[in-house]
Amino acid sequence: MLRVCWKGAHAAARQCVCGKVKAHPLQHCRKYSTAGDSGSSAGKIVAASLLSVGGGLGGAILYAKWDPKFRANVEKSVPYSDQLFEMALGPPPPPLVLLQKKPGKIEPLQIFSLSEASKESKQPKDKAKKSDPAPVEAPAAVEEAPAPTAQTLEEASVEAAHIISAIGEVPSVPAPGTSDESPPGHTAAGEECKDHHEPELKERPAEEVTARLAQQDKAEQDALAALTAGLEESLGSTAKTTLQAIGAQEAALTAIAAHTNKLKEAMDSETPPDEKSSQWKALNEALSDRTRAMEEAEEALLKAKGELENLRGVINSAKQSKINTARPQILAAEENLHSMIVDLDKVVTKVQTAQTEAKIVSQYSELVNEAKAQFQQELANITPETQANWKGLSGKLSADDLTSLIAHAHRRIDQLNRELAEQRVREQIHIEVALEQQKLEDQKALERAVVSTLEHSREDMRLEQEKKAQEVREVMEAEMRTQLRRQAAAHTDHLRDVLKVQEQELREEAQEILNSKMMEQETHYRRLTQEQLDTFTLDMNAAYARLKGIEEAIDSHVIAEEEARKAHQLWLSVEALNYTLRSAGADFPTEPLEGAVGVIKENCAENEFAQALATAIPEESLSRGIYSEASLRARFYDIRRLARRVALIDETRNSLYQYFLSYLQSVLLFEREQVAPPAKLAPEDLDTFKLLAYANYSIERGDLELAAKFVNQLRGESQRVAQDWLKEARLTLETKQVISLLSAYANAVGLGTTQAP
Amino acid sequence: MSEKELGQKWDRCLADCAVKFGTGLGLGIVFSVVFFKRRTWPIVFGTGLGLGMAYSNCQNDLRSRYVLHSKVAKEQ
Repeated sequence: MLRVCWKGAHAAARQCVCGKVKAHPLQHCRKYSTAGDSGSSAGKIVAASLLSVGGGLGGAILYAKWDPKFRANVEKSVPYSDQLFEMALGPPPPPLVLLQKKPGKIEPLQIFSLSEASKESKQPKDKAKKSDPAPVEAPAAVEEAPAPTAQTLEEASVEAAHIISAIGEVPSVPAPGTSDESPPGHTAAGEECKDHHEPELKERPAEEVTARLAQQDKAEQDALAALTAGLEESLGSTAKTTLQAIGAQEAALTAIAAHTNKLKEAMDSETPPDEKSSQWKALNEALSDRTRAMEEAEEALLKAKGELENLRGVINSAKQSKINTARPQILAAEENLHSMIVDLDKVVTKVQTAQTEAKIVSQYSELVNEAKAQFQQELANITPETQANWKGLSGKLSADDLTSLIAHAHRRIDQLNRELAEQRVREQIHIEVALEQQKLEDQKALERAVVSTLEHSREDMRLEQEKKAQEVREVMEAEMRTQLRRQAAAHTDHLRDVLKVQEQELREEAQEILNSKMMEQETHYRRLTQEQLDTFTLDMNAAYARLKGIEEAIDSHVIAEEEARKAHQLWLSVEALNYTLRSAGADFPTEPLEGAVGVIKENCAENEFAQALATAIPEESLSRGIYSEASLRARFYDIRRLARRVALIDETRNSLYQYFLSYLQSVLLFEREQVAPPAKLAPEDLDTFKLLAYANYSIERGDLELAAKFVNQLRGESQRVAQDWLKEARLTLETKQVISLLSAYANAVGLGTTQAP
Repeated sequence: MSEKELGQKWDRCLADCAVKFGTGLGLGIVFSVVFFKRRTWPIVFGTGLGLGMAYSNCQNDLRSRYVLHSKVAKEQ
């Protein structure tokens, strides 16, 4: 009761003190907050920073204006700085450095090409034909415009141009070289050669060659056959026609001869009139025969000539086909042709001569007829009664008619005598004229004969030449054939050898390749099988391993689950224990922890650690329970007060007076209630009041352990006063430590057993 | 509780003091009345005696912890 009153009084006193203490910090804070000069200083700072930034910017811009490299660097590194620079300084200067190099390069090339062009143009014209088109054309194109400049440049850089043009000419030398050596006329041939070479350079394969040759042979044979057939055909037809023509001509000849004979007979003979008429009939017949024969002969001649022309055409085409084997045939055909022509000509000449003869005879007969007609006319004039045919007149003539007729006949005789005399006079002239005519005709005939014989002889010569040539050719062919045969034999021998060798080589190669391929295939197959096996075994192993793994996993799962269950149990029991701790009230302890610890012991019978820990819990806590920290804290204040009051009391001083003194001391001693304990305790720290201050500080911060440690350092009566508290504190701390260990252990076990998702 | 011990001691002390004081006073009064013709000195004496005894008791009580108790070991 008394204590209660004292407590109340003390509490009131403490409140007053605390209140006073609390008032101070506020005042202090207020004092600090009244520093009002910071505003202007802030403004100064702002101004100073702005000035520095502006200065930096301006300096950067000026320097960029002066040094473009710096500007470029800044633009590269700082974004949007290029815009700023553009605004301030304008667009960046163009990159001059690169362009200056390029024109320099182009110009020297131009110079040299121009000089080369000028040099080329100075060279002889024929070179220009065959020289390289490239260097000539391009420089030629360029040459036109800068010709004057080329000259000046050339003068300036002659040596360089020489060198470069020499270098430039080196690749082009082969082409102009060929034209240099040979005159331009050969260039075409050269080109042709080149062109010929080019197609011939392509080697055709052997089979193609043989095929081609066979084809060619066949074609030749065919052509030859065709040719010979054609020739024979044409020959036959022409021969036929020629024979026909000759026959016709001869028939005509005979007809003409017969006709002339008949005519002569008719003219000359003085046959009785009956025979005369029959003669005249026969003559007419002969005439018609002759004309018919002549026509037939003409037709046959034309046909023969046509056929001959055909034959000639065929022969020419045969000649043009250039098949050597047909030559003899061609020659024979030609000979035939020639002979036919000759025969035909002969017959034609004969016919012509016969015709001339017949003409003469016909002229004579015409004259005679004319005279006769005249005579008859005269007779008719004289004797108008007698008409037409005077043949039938013989018995009907009167004496007048006869006298007139005789008179007329006498007159006629006189006339004729006169004419004869005249004719005799003019005989010579006529003969000369006739001779001249004859000469002319003879000359013409001679010329014609000469021409024809010349042609014939020429043909003969040509045919002989051809024959000789043919013979020589045949001989040559034979020889060439023998040589070729020999060469072919040698070639075949050589080929055989080479083929044998090649065959051998190829066989070996093929064998080798086959072997290698076989080996490859085998190894490949083996590898594949091995791979298959390996993969299979791997798969099997993998599957087995997986199976094992799965089994293990399941087992471990089971184990883990078991563990987890146990851990859960442990954790739950530890939680229960923790919960029991909370059952502590303000002044009374917790429930006895026996139950919870017993549960733990039961549940974790196989867990040695837990068992050990559970047994490590002090007996007192098990039976009686522990005080909570809050209660200990509250109790501490009492302890503190008491300890302060009996701070002076120890073994030596323990009278009542000392008690009074210590009480006075505690009342009069002003110190801080809580002092942060130093890391190391010095001996002077072992003062009761200090210790209590440290302990107070620690306990205020919740560090019961440290407070207990400090309280443990108390000596004397203070120690005795704090004994129980210390014991309780120790108990609480111990139990709490064990329980925290247990819970940490339970948590750890729980974490360990939890399976990650 | 060890901290209560001191309080208890003080309680006892005070109680003892009061008792002794009262008793002393009473006896003093009695003696003064009976033997010493109502003089004050026996009262004072008795009170003083009582207070003194109380003080001494108190002190002894408070000191009790620190007093060493010795025992004479029996000679063998």
